[in-house]
Amino acid sequence: MARPVQYNIKKKPIETPLSIVQKGPDGYSGEGFFATKLADVVGLARKNSLWPLPFATSCCGIEFMALMGSHYDIGRFGAERLSFTPRQSDLLMVIGTIAKKMAPVVKQVYLQMAEPRWVIAMGACASSGGIFDTYSVLQGIDQIIPVDVYVPGCPPRPEAVIDGFLRIQDLVGKESLRRRNSDRYQELMNSYGIQ
Amino acid sequence: MALTNEIIRDTLREKFGDAIIGFEEPYGMLTFSTAKDINLKVLQFLYDDPILKFQFMTDLTAVHYPDNAGEELAVVYHMHNLADNVRIRYKVFTDILTPDVYSASALYSAANWMEREAYDFFGVNFVGHPNLKRILNVDDMEYFPLRKEFPLEDQKRTDKDDEMFGRT
Repeated sequence: MARPVQYNIKKKPIETPLSIVQKGPDGYSGEGFFATKLADVVGLARKNSLWPLPFATSCCGIEFMALMGSHYDIGRFGAERLSFTPRQSDLLMVIGTIAKKMAPVVKQVYLQMAEPRWVIAMGACASSGGIFDTYSVLQGIDQIIPVDVYVPGCPPRPEAVIDGFLRIQDLVGKESLRRRNSDRYQELMNSYGIQ
Repeated sequence: MALTNEIIRDTLREKFGDAIIGFEEPYGMLTFSTAKDINLKVLQFLYDDPILKFQFMTDLTAVHYPDNAGEELAVVYHMHNLADNVRIRYKVFTDILTPDVYSASALYSAANWMEREAYDFFGVNFVGHPNLKRILNVDDMEYFPLRKEFPLEDQKRTDKDDEMFGRT
């Protein structure tokens, strides 16, 4: 007897359009030219060449290796060049459990990155401590550094990380050039004791 | 002649008499304990004696027994005689309010880090240790996490709802 199918039998509409990447900024285009705001051009340039710094500490790192490999290939999104120095990277990807003893190291890496910088917390542990609700593990990296996108999962599928990456690209592309100088941003940084 | 548990026990009895208490042999491993103030004498004897030759410390740790009034903390030494391939276990018990135990780090160098670990997690104060500070936990930790009165969970969490985690 065939196994009754209970899941994934209803077709679900896509929540957000898949065209986050392809869709360009608003502007005026004609034959052979396209005019738009400088901020949008900078956003386009930034979001399609994000250099991630993988800070992999545990099993999510294995999943991240799959993400870097040819099958899922995060290079398709302009993140071909993984930067293993914080000074030249734009995106800090914190992948895996961060023990409290590791917390100053993560913060140091974040401080060494140049503005503008973004952060992804990949996996349950980096986002919230995950199953490690214990005296030695940091209960989410947002206790020490600001986080832009959280990717839940234990570990998340590479598709989930790609989705998180697309959301980062969305944030980067739409970010105002003045955001990093704003009072609100300064306040956020001060709340983490940075600068 | 092989070094048997009987020989070890008789040698210790001969040297220390009734100071050695609680002989046991769980799974064939000789276990005994003494008062905490003669622990260095016993360890030195185990090290120096030409028959016993327990010159390798394989493990040093602590255990918290909150129900043993006056003897809450146990410090456990595991020693190994490499020549005869014999292992023994030696325990001293101490009051949790005055957890002072003499440090074995001068005799066994291996005890240095293991005593720091026992201090880090149980707060055993090893008298005479050259550098008794935390080794594994963060330096600003304010308690000894493996003592039973402290819950395992992080007490500084703010974003986790107790009800959702079954600990109201």
